[in-house]
Amino acid sequence: MSESKGLKAKHQRLVLVSLALIALVGAGLLASWGLRNQANYFYLPDQFVAAPPPVGQAIRLGGMVAEGSIKTLEDGVTVSFIVTDQKEARVPVLYTGILPDLFVENSGVVADGSMDAKGVFVAEELLAKHDENYVPKELEEMSQHQAAKMAQETTVGLD
Amino acid sequence: MHAFANPTRFLKLASWLTPLLLVGGLVLVAISLVWGLFYVPPDRLMGETVRILFIHVPAAWLGMGGWSAIAISSLVYLVWKHPLAALAARASAVPGMVFTAVCLATGSIWGRPTWGSWWVWDGRLTSMLVLLFLYAGYIALAQASARDGGSYKIPAIFGLVGAINIPIINRSVVWWNSLHQPPSITVGKSAIDPAFLVPLLIAVLGFSLLFGGVVLARMRALLADFQAEARLRRKAMEAA
Repeated sequence: MSESKGLKAKHQRLVLVSLALIALVGAGLLASWGLRNQANYFYLPDQFVAAPPPVGQAIRLGGMVAEGSIKTLEDGVTVSFIVTDQKEARVPVLYTGILPDLFVENSGVVADGSMDAKGVFVAEELLAKHDENYVPKELEEMSQHQAAKMAQETTVGLD
Repeated sequence: MHAFANPTRFLKLASWLTPLLLVGGLVLVAISLVWGLFYVPPDRLMGETVRILFIHVPAAWLGMGGWSAIAISSLVYLVWKHPLAALAARASAVPGMVFTAVCLATGSIWGRPTWGSWWVWDGRLTSMLVLLFLYAGYIALAQASARDGGSYKIPAIFGLVGAINIPIINRSVVWWNSLHQPPSITVGKSAIDPAFLVPLLIAVLGFSLLFGGVVLARMRALLADFQAEARLRRKAMEAA
């Protein structure tokens, strides 16, 4: 095989593999786009308000626990709270059972359950959703300036 | 590129680079884990469980990095036919799969106290589990083709096709509502406090060096296998 011929075959393979990759990525993106509404792990409060699910249908609700909405009922094991999208939509939720450690107001929550006839979401399982922020306990109460200073001190001697 | 494709030159390079990567990686991993497990303050919400971050994140990074290495090496093999590229892809599979399994296991252990569940079928967790299965399939395919003395062509195609899962894992928490939180570290920005971020980055670097060292060691072993086999075959020919 001459040098020019070998080079040609190499380029031909490069073009073929590139075309195959483009087709593959395109197919993957199309599939993901087709799944965009089906592959969600939960529905948001505004989706619940816009199109309420049928009573009794198993569904997951996810959002933020509204500030000041967590109330323990008289039986001591049932809590009621409101899940919101931080805008208009609010869905009242009832849950009986042990609460996850991270279940607090203004934090994410995913509830597994169904709507009852009164428009209340009755949860059978409660999952706490963690946000993307990682902050040390001591830093939470500090001002920005103090926090930056302390962070600087912790990382001293690294470089 | 051709300079590195020469096995003799590669062996010369790998003979000092392998121990360097392994030792460097071990030192950095030791520093970051001691720091992360004993000296980092507890998180505001998760408390002490935040310490699993220093294993979970590097494992996730290298689980995806392993398949990226397979895909890039496979591409190089398919186009330029470098035998060393096929070797690099084969050598990346087992360490990549181990890190993927570690990522899933630590994530599950972490999920129980923070979310309240060992496992949920959300986009991120499911696509990561798919990656584990892809690794298993790839390893079986690469072994089978090597045993028959066949070419690396079919595993290479599988490695390229499987790469479509990598951006899906990465984007899964952005495209779909998921229980797993969105990315904490994006280009030029971090939602992780420096108290956690600095040991985390050291851990990621350390585990990456270890990964590189293991891949090089495996490539050398595979190469030695081929050479031993070729020598045996030649001896058998001479004896006959």
